[in-house]
Amino acid sequence: MPAKFTPKVVTANALLEGDVVYLTARDEWSRRLSDAKVLTDEADAQIRLIDASARASEVVGVYLADVATTDAGPKPTHFREDFRTRGPSNYAHGKQVEAL
Amino acid sequence: MYRYTDFDTAFVAERNAQFRAQVERRIDGSLTEDEFKPLRLMNGLYLQLHAYMLRVAVPYGTLNSAQMRQLAMIADRWDKGYGHFTTRQNIQFNWPKLRDVPDMLDALAEVQMHAIQTSGNTIRNVTADHFAGAAADEIADPRPVAELIRQWSTDHPEFQFLPRKFKVAVTGSPNDRAVTKAHDIGLRMVRNDAGDAGFEVIVGGGLGRTPMIGKIINSFLPEADLLPYLEAIVSVWNLLGRRDNKYKSRIKITVHEHGLDDIRARVEERFALLKSAFTGIDQQLYAGIKADFAPPAFSTRDTGPFDLSYANDPVFRAWVDSNVNAHRAPGYAIAQISLKAHGATPGDATSDQMRLMADLAAQYGHDELRVSHEQNIVLPHVHKADLPAVHAALKTLGLATANIGKISDIIACPGMDYCALATARSIPVAQEIATRYNELKLENDIGDLKIKISGCINACGHHHVGHIGILGLDRAGVENYQITLGGDHTETAQVGQRTGPGFAYDEIVPAVERIVDTYLSERTDADETFIDTFRRVGMTPFKTALYGEAEKRAKAA
Repeated sequence: MPAKFTPKVVTANALLEGDVVYLTARDEWSRRLSDAKVLTDEADAQIRLIDASARASEVVGVYLADVATTDAGPKPTHFREDFRTRGPSNYAHGKQVEAL
Repeated sequence: MYRYTDFDTAFVAERNAQFRAQVERRIDGSLTEDEFKPLRLMNGLYLQLHAYMLRVAVPYGTLNSAQMRQLAMIADRWDKGYGHFTTRQNIQFNWPKLRDVPDMLDALAEVQMHAIQTSGNTIRNVTADHFAGAAADEIADPRPVAELIRQWSTDHPEFQFLPRKFKVAVTGSPNDRAVTKAHDIGLRMVRNDAGDAGFEVIVGGGLGRTPMIGKIINSFLPEADLLPYLEAIVSVWNLLGRRDNKYKSRIKITVHEHGLDDIRARVEERFALLKSAFTGIDQQLYAGIKADFAPPAFSTRDTGPFDLSYANDPVFRAWVDSNVNAHRAPGYAIAQISLKAHGATPGDATSDQMRLMADLAAQYGHDELRVSHEQNIVLPHVHKADLPAVHAALKTLGLATANIGKISDIIACPGMDYCALATARSIPVAQEIATRYNELKLENDIGDLKIKISGCINACGHHHVGHIGILGLDRAGVENYQITLGGDHTETAQVGQRTGPGFAYDEIVPAVERIVDTYLSERTDADETFIDTFRRVGMTPFKTALYGEAEKRAKAA
């Protein structure tokens, strides 16, 4: 039996700035994970991944990242994805600046 | 130091113009990412976790003040006001925007710098002893050799699609500060019994997933045979090296699988064919390059100001004792500038710090700076009389930390704070260890101790050759840190031994403390260094300190 599909978001890096982006329900790229459309259906996720990967003039390295669904919106389940939502831990040079 | 010829200038300008057009074509959609990626990597541009990263070559770690100032300008104008000096004597900018990179490369070209072959399966930036041309123990300056190899390897048509990257290091001193035994090729400048200059050629060293200490393929290669011999080695590997599995593609695996004797025979055969192709033009070039590296005009001055400060200023004395090394010229010294202030990111310098270091090099250091593979900056030629002024200036910008070679002088790769390949963070571990030992005030008592941290198996942080090596891994979705002990990066190179199971992120600093406490209680006296104590007592007491309680608990259960 195939593994149960866990919730995911479509994520990538922006072509021009290189920073982390997430695909929203309106098919726009957002810098915030909280804006991301959470995908719970595997077939839907694969289609959105293929469509997003075709947007080569906007983003680089599109993939599906696991998230947990919470009342506050999607949260990363792996520490790598957690760092991607924030930026580096030695300086406030990444997304953590916007949160300040 | 070497100055670009018209040919060099035109070559770099043409490459920059090509890359500018490639970036434009990527942005306007004419190039896909698959098409663009190899082109950007050929020019040192990576895409990391949070942003692009531009890796700029600092050939054999040598810079002049104008170059350092330009790096500061680039950091301010197109990045976030700082740069990261790496274990390969390069500098990385962590936040460039794709559109700005062609301008950054043009700005580098203005000071005869570039980012060519800082990535990809090519011969990378040749590294050298950071004390080159200055060290008291040096036989010959390795930089002309490194520059000759750079010219031969840059855009070498046969070596643009190698099985994997290829790294060469050169030392001109018997005390190996260039980690030559952990490179694809390591060159040690030696003299034979007749007094002729030549090289001991070491091949197949490397760290990463399968750490190997390099083996001597030729104990004395005459100086004039260097390029054909190197070309023979790289071309033998280019054909034999495995392209089916990138973990088995480096020359260390080729040497291991075929055996040193087989590789040596193939190299000799290839060398016999190639030798006649080098008609002596390489030796003419080499002679010209050597002249570019003529030593500066050292002056003879009274060292009185130094002696006075050394006698009366304990802070200056501590800095001299740990950061200043013997120079070949009377009255001179080599001053190391620590980029490891306690709690700071190893290897990072702000643009203000870069400008200050450039000013000091211009005013007191014959306009020379070096980047060390230990991620510090070196002023290789400072008269001792000027050291008090240099030290006073360094203090103003937090650059006077007296910790070279000590527990807080940690090598750390960028790790998962920046790197897309990383499996765990390394910078915060380094910051916490340094902060902890600064609080404990034990640093000087502990003495020489090299901690080296990598955030993944690729070992950019040289953890295998650290006295204490730390490797950050992802264990079931959690950061986990393995420890090795007894590694050695010098001429007596050795790969460290694993202590046992790894430690969680919040356990790794306490684990290091238990190791250091064990050393302090086991050492015969304060003169016995960590590595000597480890070699004498072995792994057992350290293992007991790390795992003893857990093992007892396991047995009781």
